[in-house]
Amino acid sequence: MLELQHISYDVEQDGDNKGILRDINLTINERFVAITGPNGGGKSTMAKIIAGIYKPTAGRILLDGEDITDLDITQRANKGISFAFQQPVRFKGLTVKDLITLASGKNIGVPEACNYLSEVGLCAKDYIDREVDASLSGGELKRIEIAMIMARGTKLSVFDEPEAGIDLWSFSNLIQVFEHLHEKINGSILIISHQERILNIADRIIVLADGQVKEQGTRDEILPGLLGSAPGVCSALSDKVK
Amino acid sequence: MDAIQKSLLEQVADLHEVPEGAYNIRANGQKAARNTTANIDIVTKTDKDGIDIIIKPGTKNESVHIPVVLSQSGLTETVYNDFFIGDDCDVTIVAGCGIHNCGVQNSEHSGIHTFHVGKGSRVRYVERHYGEGDGRGENIMNPTTVVEMDEDSYMEMETTQIKGVDSTVRTTKATLGPRATLIIKEKVMTHGKQLAKSDFTVDLNGEDCHTNVISRSVAREDSKQVFLARINGNARCYGHSECDAIIMDNGVVAAIPEVTANCVDASLVHEAAIGKIAGEQLIKLMTLGLTEKEAEEQIVNGFLK
Repeated sequence: MLELQHISYDVEQDGDNKGILRDINLTINERFVAITGPNGGGKSTMAKIIAGIYKPTAGRILLDGEDITDLDITQRANKGISFAFQQPVRFKGLTVKDLITLASGKNIGVPEACNYLSEVGLCAKDYIDREVDASLSGGELKRIEIAMIMARGTKLSVFDEPEAGIDLWSFSNLIQVFEHLHEKINGSILIISHQERILNIADRIIVLADGQVKEQGTRDEILPGLLGSAPGVCSALSDKVK
Repeated sequence: MDAIQKSLLEQVADLHEVPEGAYNIRANGQKAARNTTANIDIVTKTDKDGIDIIIKPGTKNESVHIPVVLSQSGLTETVYNDFFIGDDCDVTIVAGCGIHNCGVQNSEHSGIHTFHVGKGSRVRYVERHYGEGDGRGENIMNPTTVVEMDEDSYMEMETTQIKGVDSTVRTTKATLGPRATLIIKEKVMTHGKQLAKSDFTVDLNGEDCHTNVISRSVAREDSKQVFLARINGNARCYGHSECDAIIMDNGVVAAIPEVTANCVDASLVHEAAIGKIAGEQLIKLMTLGLTEKEAEEQIVNGFLK
């Protein structure tokens, strides 16, 4: 179970403090929780604070009751937090198998590594020895990123917009990956997404806007309102869209 | 050979015992072992220190190992090795130099390798440099490689220097005939106060010849590296050079390209990228449970793999 208690994150902008996150209080213990909301609302910042990449300006973070606020990225990873980047990182020279092996934390064989790749819809034999460099497309990298999280199999997996950069043709496949992950994973999944089909499989949806939790609830409570009007969108813009 | 020499041999040639095929092992300036085959002859030079390696035309799938090990501090030597590779061959040549210096004097090995690659031949040339020792004497290696490629020949040259060489100036000069291809892959890692300079000159003389000079290097601590790639396009040809370097601590890397098109149909490209390890790469590996130090090691090892 992950608890965020009074989490705030400020950045300095033009000499002023700007609150990216403002007094966030959340408890995540369901299997599949989706965070959504407009761009710039603080979603990615919150994910990075959970992974330990950013330090909150105020507040505490608890994992299964243990205060992990002062732990660094590595320590949190070893406590059971995984984080899939919105924009996966490329490595010259490291292969897909290298990264999946590092993710699993043990020396796994090719068949096991291939299993994870097959799970994310990549033909394992074509990819296992490829370098995770500029030769891979954005969509391929995203899938490998997800395969790494599956290989880790930790109690909390945070995904930052896994659908971003995925083409329409691969998208429905990706949804299946998450549906499958939902059934298979032992811990909790926290996923930042704008996609209705991903929100649709969530046990709970949290709407984050202007650095605050605007609303949260089951998909039946939240989804109809979201689809009706996007919160936080300025009226001039929404009129224009209409 | 003693245990130190055997361990050096393992580092530079992956050899645990005597290799298959033709070989010439040189230890502390002396011939330690040699084997020739029906197709590959090795002859000691009479006018200077070194050997001639003569490979008969049509020799396929054979290999030659010519490692050099130095375990005596203060030894300085210059060795000339000439390879005469006949037409239509397909051979692998493994050379390497390992120095163990536990004295206070400098140990220095300068190997001058000249390759004459016959028409239509394919050569894979692997060269590794390795130094060790706990003395204050420096390990110095200055290899020179001269390559003359006949028409339709292909050569792939892999040079690796990962550890323990205090100072090295590598000079490579190549001349390519029609439709010849030369691929050079260099890997260098320097640390401490080491200096490594690579100086490549490739003359693309034949129609439709092609070269690709690729360097991947890591400069750590206070070490310095210079990568000089000079490609002259003298005919319709394609030349490409690439320097990709990671700098750490106070490491310094200079990449100096010089591409000259002396023919309107020559196409020459140079690319260079030098920088420290990207922060996001470290963070990614740390989210997998690695410490920052372990992440750095993985990135460097992968980069030089």
